[in-house]
Amino acid sequence: MTAPPAAVGPPVLEISGLCVEYGPAHHAVRAVIDVDLVLHRGEVVGLAGESGSGKSTLAYAATRLLRPPGVITGGSVLFHPDAGQPELTIDLLDAGITELRRLRWRELAIVLQSAMNALNPVLSVEAQLTDTLAAHLPDSTRAGRRERAAELLRMVGISPHRLHSYPHELSGGMRQRVMIAMALALEPQLVIMDEPTTALDVVTQREILQQVIELRDRLGFSVLFITHDLSLLLEMADTIAIMYAGRLMETAAAGRLFAAPRHPYTAGLLASFPSLHGERHVMTGIPGSPPDLRNPPPGCPFHPRCGFAEPRCRQSMPPLGPPPDARAGDRLVACWLQDGREDRPPEVSRPEPPGTSTRPALRVITGPVQP
Amino acid sequence: MNGPAGNSPAGATLNGDRPASPSVLAAQDLTKHFHVRERGLRGSWGPRRVLHAAEDVNLELRAGRVSAVVGESGSGKTTVARMLACLERPTSGQILLDGRPAGRHHLRGYRQRVQIVFQDPFASLNPVHDVHYHLSRPLRIHRQARRRSAVDQAVEALLARVKLQPASEFIHKLPHELSGGQRQRVAIARALAAGPGVLLADEPVSMLDVSIRLGILNLLGDLRDTEGMAILYVTHDIASARYFADTVTVMYAGRVVESGPALEVTDHPSHPYTQLLLSAAPDPERTAPVTISGGGAIPNLVKPPAGCRFHPRCPLAMPVCLTQRPPDVPVGLGHVAACWLRHPDHGPVSAQPPAGQPPA
Repeated sequence: MTAPPAAVGPPVLEISGLCVEYGPAHHAVRAVIDVDLVLHRGEVVGLAGESGSGKSTLAYAATRLLRPPGVITGGSVLFHPDAGQPELTIDLLDAGITELRRLRWRELAIVLQSAMNALNPVLSVEAQLTDTLAAHLPDSTRAGRRERAAELLRMVGISPHRLHSYPHELSGGMRQRVMIAMALALEPQLVIMDEPTTALDVVTQREILQQVIELRDRLGFSVLFITHDLSLLLEMADTIAIMYAGRLMETAAAGRLFAAPRHPYTAGLLASFPSLHGERHVMTGIPGSPPDLRNPPPGCPFHPRCGFAEPRCRQSMPPLGPPPDARAGDRLVACWLQDGREDRPPEVSRPEPPGTSTRPALRVITGPVQP
Repeated sequence: MNGPAGNSPAGATLNGDRPASPSVLAAQDLTKHFHVRERGLRGSWGPRRVLHAAEDVNLELRAGRVSAVVGESGSGKTTVARMLACLERPTSGQILLDGRPAGRHHLRGYRQRVQIVFQDPFASLNPVHDVHYHLSRPLRIHRQARRRSAVDQAVEALLARVKLQPASEFIHKLPHELSGGQRQRVAIARALAAGPGVLLADEPVSMLDVSIRLGILNLLGDLRDTEGMAILYVTHDIASARYFADTVTVMYAGRVVESGPALEVTDHPSHPYTQLLLSAAPDPERTAPVTISGGGAIPNLVKPPAGCRFHPRCPLAMPVCLTQRPPDVPVGLGHVAACWLRHPDHGPVSAQPPAGQPPA
């Protein structure tokens, strides 16, 4: 059994040691602390965390969309446009504005949470789609762009009749589909989705997510999917990364994270959403509230809410590393409980499921195909 | 199988399978039509139209029970809650509080019995007032306490009831100094200050972080179990309704499509819309890909579809569904579905399909 899911290709984005702070240096709020994250070609990576955990900041910093007072204070973000040509690799944090402009949207697109605010209310869908195409493909013809806009709408399941609609004439789900169509207009290699379905109803949410996964299978792009809803990620992501108070707490394949969490925070999150099956039993969630980042607790930021906290947890932050029973570094966790001791609490030492992982249910076909 | 009373997770001892407790608040054929008027391109007003937000909704809140109303946005669930709180006057139908029509109560007396908790604790608390002010105002208005010492004592007792302890740590805090979960606890304490017997909770946890939602739901569950509070839980999240409600009412486009004991409805859904809702809900335990049958969006409520409002999306729609409104058909003990498929004269389906799988 090889560790990563079979569908995963070479890395497309490698974030390492990324740090982001807000505000002036002497009393800055550390929003992202030393985060390492790798996205492979064709992979859906889910980034889950509570509000204020730094998940959106991480995405904005990695794409250089971070606005002041946010400051990137360290790390690197390597983007590999072509796995066969390592010389094309660039560090997005060092890239100049022309280089960024060349990469943005063509290679790296983003879908924002609020489609109502992201679309221009006084322009028709067609105008907005063709505008994107014209800006990035100056050689295209007007007729060609119009044709492509219609094709994009069809791709996300909207009738091309809607090209002449304005955003307010579309339902919330359709607006979000238009945003996805726009993100895919130039066939990027990486699409970042920041809470794309949070404001939508469950039925619409599922339709859109299924569409995203189908398109991913067809076009082979990678997705960084940011959400606070871990139950959603368990069904659609290949790999899940859990953030808390700006730090990465655990990463693992979705099925293994669900069956065998290794961090008490992950275990707590998994015990926070009620099941649709079986007997009802009392669930407790996680006691306390997320920390105030202006005044973070010393040591592991989760220790005030952790049922297994020890003196060591109050003093120093555990490093992110493989738990003792991991297979060759395929999953990482930052917890002192995973230091190789024998008597780990049962919540964080459940046996891993056999095989690589249970395949996410939303996955239809595996194996990305580069267009 | 659980009895009709449901073995609620937090209150099996108190609720058990006790015979139905008395009905405190009841909605009878509650209907709300909003008059809407759109402005044309040149600023001229269009014709007056009627938006059918809620139609013929029947609902009963019992002491020591949580009744959940589940539906998507536009289903009319919040409109029903607002009518029950007397924030919206019903177009027709009536509300009975302790058996008497709501109109016969003084509004203040009504509010003393029926209180509402809103969705967004960031908006429902006044940012310039501290916790003490938020809690002492309703205490004075509803004459629960008069003298300052009595008010202070009552405020502390309220904070203890919503588990914000030690009270001294919270009592003089402003809303921005509290986390989302703490704010929602203050909002619940404010509702409790009037001394109500009915709590209407409109999406009380949907704005909160996942890890603290259960804390709020368990708090509401405690109020039900230890104080016999009748609770209306309005939500879009059917899994949380299953977790702590005793009965579930599913609404679609302003009408009730299915209602019954919580586990009955979620484990044996009878209406195609309930089945759709369950199949679309995130479920990590699911291993096979799901098929969404009946996708799409809620219809235009200014011109709602004739017959069953779900028929344009329903994968099993029959000719009768297009023209005639489905009656409430009993499908189990206390379990009712408004669907022609369940009707003996029309229903080709006699067996109940398993959860999440509409009959082929």
